[in-house]
Order: sequence, then structure tokens, then C-alpha cells
Amino acid sequence: MQTMQATVPPPSAASRIVWAAIAIIGAFCLGVVALRRGEPINAIWLVAAASAIFAIGYRFYGKFVEHSVLKLDPTRAPPSVLRNDGLDYVPTDKWVVFGHHFAAIAGAGPLVGPVLAAQMGYLPGTLWILFGVVFAGAVQDFMILGLSLRRDARSLGHMLREELGPVPGLVAMIGVLVLMMIVLAVLALVVVKALTHSPWGTFTVAATIPIAFLMGGYMRWFRPGRILEVSIIGLVLLLVSIWAGKFVADSATLAPLFDMDAKALAWWLIGYGFVASVLPVWLLLAPRDYLSTFLKIGTIALLALAILIAAPDLQMPAVTRFIDGTGPVFSGNLFPFLFITIACGAVSGWHSIIASGTTPKLLANEGQARMVGYGGMLCEAFVAIMALIAATYLHPGVYFAMNSPSAIIGTTVQEAATTISQWGFVVTPAELIQTAKDIGENSILSRAGGAPTLAVGMAQLLHNIMPGGGMMAFWYHYAILFEALFILTTVDAGTRVGRFMIQEIAGLIHKPLQETNSWTGNLLATAICVFLWGYFLYQGAVDPLGGINTLWPLFGIANQMLAAIALMLATVVVVKLKRERYVWVPGIPAIWLIICTMTAGYQKLVGPISFTAAANKYNAALQQGQLLAPAKTPAAMQQIVTNNYVDMALTGLFMLLIVVMVAFCLRALVKGWQANHPTAHEEPYVALGSVAS
Amino acid sequence: MMATTLNAVRKWAVQTARLCCGIPDYDVYVKHLREHHPERTVPSYGEFFRERQEARYKGGGGRCC
Repeated sequence: MQTMQATVPPPSAASRIVWAAIAIIGAFCLGVVALRRGEPINAIWLVAAASAIFAIGYRFYGKFVEHSVLKLDPTRAPPSVLRNDGLDYVPTDKWVVFGHHFAAIAGAGPLVGPVLAAQMGYLPGTLWILFGVVFAGAVQDFMILGLSLRRDARSLGHMLREELGPVPGLVAMIGVLVLMMIVLAVLALVVVKALTHSPWGTFTVAATIPIAFLMGGYMRWFRPGRILEVSIIGLVLLLVSIWAGKFVADSATLAPLFDMDAKALAWWLIGYGFVASVLPVWLLLAPRDYLSTFLKIGTIALLALAILIAAPDLQMPAVTRFIDGTGPVFSGNLFPFLFITIACGAVSGWHSIIASGTTPKLLANEGQARMVGYGGMLCEAFVAIMALIAATYLHPGVYFAMNSPSAIIGTTVQEAATTISQWGFVVTPAELIQTAKDIGENSILSRAGGAPTLAVGMAQLLHNIMPGGGMMAFWYHYAILFEALFILTTVDAGTRVGRFMIQEIAGLIHKPLQETNSWTGNLLATAICVFLWGYFLYQGAVDPLGGINTLWPLFGIANQMLAAIALMLATVVVVKLKRERYVWVPGIPAIWLIICTMTAGYQKLVGPISFTAAANKYNAALQQGQLLAPAKTPAAMQQIVTNNYVDMALTGLFMLLIVVMVAFCLRALVKGWQANHPTAHEEPYVALGSVAS
Repeated sequence: MMATTLNAVRKWAVQTARLCCGIPDYDVYVKHLREHHPERTVPSYGEFFRERQEARYKGGGGRCC
């Protein structure tokens, strides 16, 4: 405690009063959110509660982690100063770093997870996001950033090798590669779900490809490097394509060209992923990346503004009956599946890669790490809260119609309305038809995956504050386009990264394959990478429960597994630094995530909601010569059985990786605890004053 | 006073937007080259941009889900 008192001056009376007021307001708002029943609550209560909790978390817990656990030192020279090369390592203004970091961590994850979790009501998701981020997610991002800052901005894998040993480093590398394949598959599936039989949506998303070519050529030859200028041109063209999409959808000749089922879309995306990741980056990937980055930030801001102005009432109950695990959107009880479903937004392992990537190479001072690492994650949690608001603001009947698989609610509005009304969310077929008509689509049924639900919620919110005939359909397709755009950019960039990783591994076997300029190695590695995620994407497209139901838990388990690994690293380092009394700061969230992932993994292997049960069900039917929907042939039945076996193997692999990591972590903990001096691999102290120019 | 503030905000916005796309500040790089590596030729903005564009997608973690 001495150091803490030495570095943190006692708060002034005014500051005590202000923070006490924030605490009281926050507690009151949270009380309203948590306890009011029977009447809809306004979204502003949620926003206010989140703001107060995040402010307190940042000011008190974040500061505690900074001063007591990490002991960050503003007088110490960070990697950006020590290794300044003007390119990768550059001391940069903290607000610029913050913007960069937030843009890198904010993706589709925080928009999808909370929408799926809304089937349990708004309360469970809200509480997990609020407390998960303060005690787990932001702590993970901040601590990994802090560790990397003290280690020449090294990557997560490198730090694991140094602090835990070579095997844990390899385990994490395999985990990251598999996680990436699942991420790409599940995100591509979100796009498939959003575009199935939607000529309007498919046309606008397809139009982004020629638009990107145009932007790429413009930046290559006409105005090199004018990112902002070309992005504005691209944005205008995108808006024109949304407008034109309506005419495509209404045209008898053009509409069928863009009207595809899930399987066809999956094949198109697989082909696209292959071609896009071997084309030169300046032609397709880079221009679309710029566009999606700006659109993402702009749309998040627009959504925040719409929620504040419209101040909608949440129509979903605080807690629904589906906390018992019988929900149609994803199966499984509140524990552990809520904590698996909402990954990004509460705690996301993926962030540990970014927090040990570019960001530590840019921070000009250790004293700014809390704002970027802890604060950046709090902002992402805010995005998750907004997605939750957009989903729970929808009519619950519409929400369940959009997110339940057709195997449960049927394929007609009559069947769907009857089934969903029986669950207690009364909705009429006419309401479902009207919602589809408002957004310019033929059907809203069984469009799980988060994007369409968020798009309808956003369209209704924006329509509330900016009424106008036909505008709801425009906003819906805008929201779909915005999500599809950055998901496709992720697919494209992720395939490239996966390709390099595979080439690196293949190079160990046959050296020439490592050559990134060789077309053979290049095409081969790309094909393997596309096959890996394409397999899961196609599996999702033919899945009896619609795909998301099956693949999202796998993604959640993998992402939380990586978070657990990152937090275990932080725990080991805290002990190795001989700060054992703070071991609980990363230790408790690590244990919590290990418990959640292992329980979820176990339930996906054994029991009623497991992949095993699904495989057995289809296998038994196959033996008796029966066909179960959606399979129409014995071969399709066999395919579903095989897919479930693959998912079982993958779940088993994730659980094995966790067990191995836990064993190595315990070994390192015991060693660190027994040592009588700090044993962590920190770089030596260099005073900032001695090198700063 | 007002003009300088606006200019600073504009510079911040442009720098952030470019960095979000993986393009670091060109002026900073040129300054770094002049100070530490006077023997090297200074690339034009176009050359600098192309090199960084290629480098951004060469691997590493990239972006989030």
C-alpha cells in the first residue's frame, strides 16, 4: 500500500463529493434496471447505469490495477521511445492511439453476442457486460498491454514462451489459429443469414466489390494515398448502391440473379475469400478496409445518438423463461452459456492479440496505458450495451421470429406466430408480415446471427427520429451493409493472416513453401485456410438448427479460452514479480473463464444439448432409414452426423488446450511463488528523460 | 486562437483516421529519417503509403472479431 499512497495523492473534498454522487446515481439507475418488473423500462436507465459503473470502474479499479498491480511508471521509457523507427514504433498522441486501439478491437462480436443473449431478457446480458468488463475484459486488455509495454511490445505468444515455456507458446499458437478459423466461419455465416433470399441486400454487398476496385485504382494511380478523399467517394457510391438495390429487388429480371439460398451464398463467400486474399491488397482489401473502418465508427456513433434521442422503451422482459436453457436462439442454461455467448463486449481473448500488437508500439508513456487499454475496452462494452438495447427494444415476438431456427418455429408466418405466441410473446402473422414489408424484405423468419435483428432495431430507432416514407427499408439495408462490409474485410484479412501462419508451419516441413512470394506455396496455403473456415461455414449453412445455434457456442468457447490463457499469463507474471497479494486481480477472472469454458465444453460433449446427442439422433434415424429435416437425402443425413463429430473433436481440442495451459500455469505459479526474488522477464528500466529527444 | 485549435483538431482527426487504416504519420517519419538516417533517401508520400499498405496485411493479429 505504501507505493500506492506514494503515487496517488489523496482525493480532494470536491472530487469525493462528485464520485459519491456518481456512485449514488449509478446505484439508483442499476436498481431501476434490475428491480423494476411488469412495465417496460426506458433504455436511458441502462445507458445511465452503464456510464456510472464504467466511470467508477475506470477511476477506481482501473487506477488500482495501474498503480498497485502493474505499477506503471510515467518516468519509464516505453518501447515507442526506445525503439523509435518512425514507422512501427512511434511515440504517438494518446488520443490518436486510443482511436486506433478502439477501431482495432471493435468489430462484429459486440454487436452479435448481446443480440443472441437477449433471448434471456435484457437483465442477464446487461449485468454480465457491466461487471464482466470492469473485472475481467478491461483488466485483461489493460494488463496484457502493460506487460507488453515492459517487454519491448512483444506479442502474446512471445510473452507466453518467455514466462511459461515453449510448449504453452505453441499451444496458444494452435489455439489462435483454430479460433481464427471459427471466427471467420461464424462471421461469414452471419452474412449468409442476413443475405439469404434478400436480393436487395445481396446486390448492395456485391456492389462493394466494384466500388472497392474503383477506390483502389483511384488511390493507386490517380491520387496516391488520399484515404479520406477516396473514402468519401466510396461512401457516396455505397449509399447509391443501397438506393439502387430497391430497384434490383423490384425488377423481375435482376432480382433472381441476387436471390440465393444459404448454400449458394456460402459457396460464393468461400470463392470470394479465396480470390480476395490472393489479389494485391491495394485493389480490394485495403480500400474496403478503409471504408469499413470509417463506416463502423460512424455507425456506432449514429446508433448512440439514435438511442439517446429516441430514448426507447425496452419491450423485452427483464428476464425471460429461457434462462432455463430451453431458448430457441441458442441452447443451454444461463450458466455457463450466457458467459460464452457474450464474449466481445464483456471479455474477449482476441483483444489480447491487439493489446500486444500495434498499440504498445505507439504509446508514448506508460501513464497513458489505462486510458487506452482499460478505457478502450469500456467503450467496446458500451457498443455491446447499445446492441442489447437495439435487440430488446424490438417487439419480442419479432425478435424470436427473426432468431429462432425454422426447425422450431416453422417456415410460414402463421406457424411462427402461433409457436411464439405460445411462448408468451404474443404476435400476429400480420405484424410479422408488416415488419418484413417495412424493411423491404420478403420474410424476417429465422434470420439468426445478430446482424438482421440489430438492423431492424436500428432501422426502427432511426425511423423514429427521422420519419419518412420507405426510409426504414433504406436504414435496414444500410445497417446490413455496414455489418457485411466489415465482416467481409475481416474474412479477407483473416484469410491472409491464416495463410501466413499456415505457410510458416508448412515451412517447417518443406522449406520452399514458406516463401510468401511463391505462387505454389501461396495458393496452397490460401486453399487450406479457405477450406478450414469454409468447411464450418458450409456446415452452418446446412445445419438443422440454422448454424448460429451450433457454431456460436464453439466460437464463444474458443474466444473465452484465449481470454483465459491471456489472464493466466497475467496471473503468472504478477506472482513472478512477487506481487502475490494481487494475484486475485487477473486470477479470479481467469478461474471464472476456465470454469465457464470447461463447463460449456463438457455440456457440448455430453448430455441433451451436446454435439454427441445431435450426432446420435441423426445416426439412429439413418439406421432406421428415416430422413430428418432439413436433410433430404441419406448423404445429407450422414453429412450432419460427420459435422457433429467434427464439432465434438474441436470442443475436445479446446478443452485439452485449456487443461494443458492450466497445468503449465500452475507449474509457473509454484516456481514463481517459491523464488525469493522477482523472476519475470521485464526489460531493464530506462529513464524517459535520458532518451526522449 | 480559434484557428489554431481547429487546425489541431483537424490534424488529430486526420492522423487518427490514417492510423486506423495502418498508415502512420508521414511527417514524423520524414523527420525521423532526417534526424537519424540522413544518408537514406526520403520516400515520397506515395511510396511511403504503398509500402505501409503492403505491410499492414503481412500478418500479425490484425483486427477483432
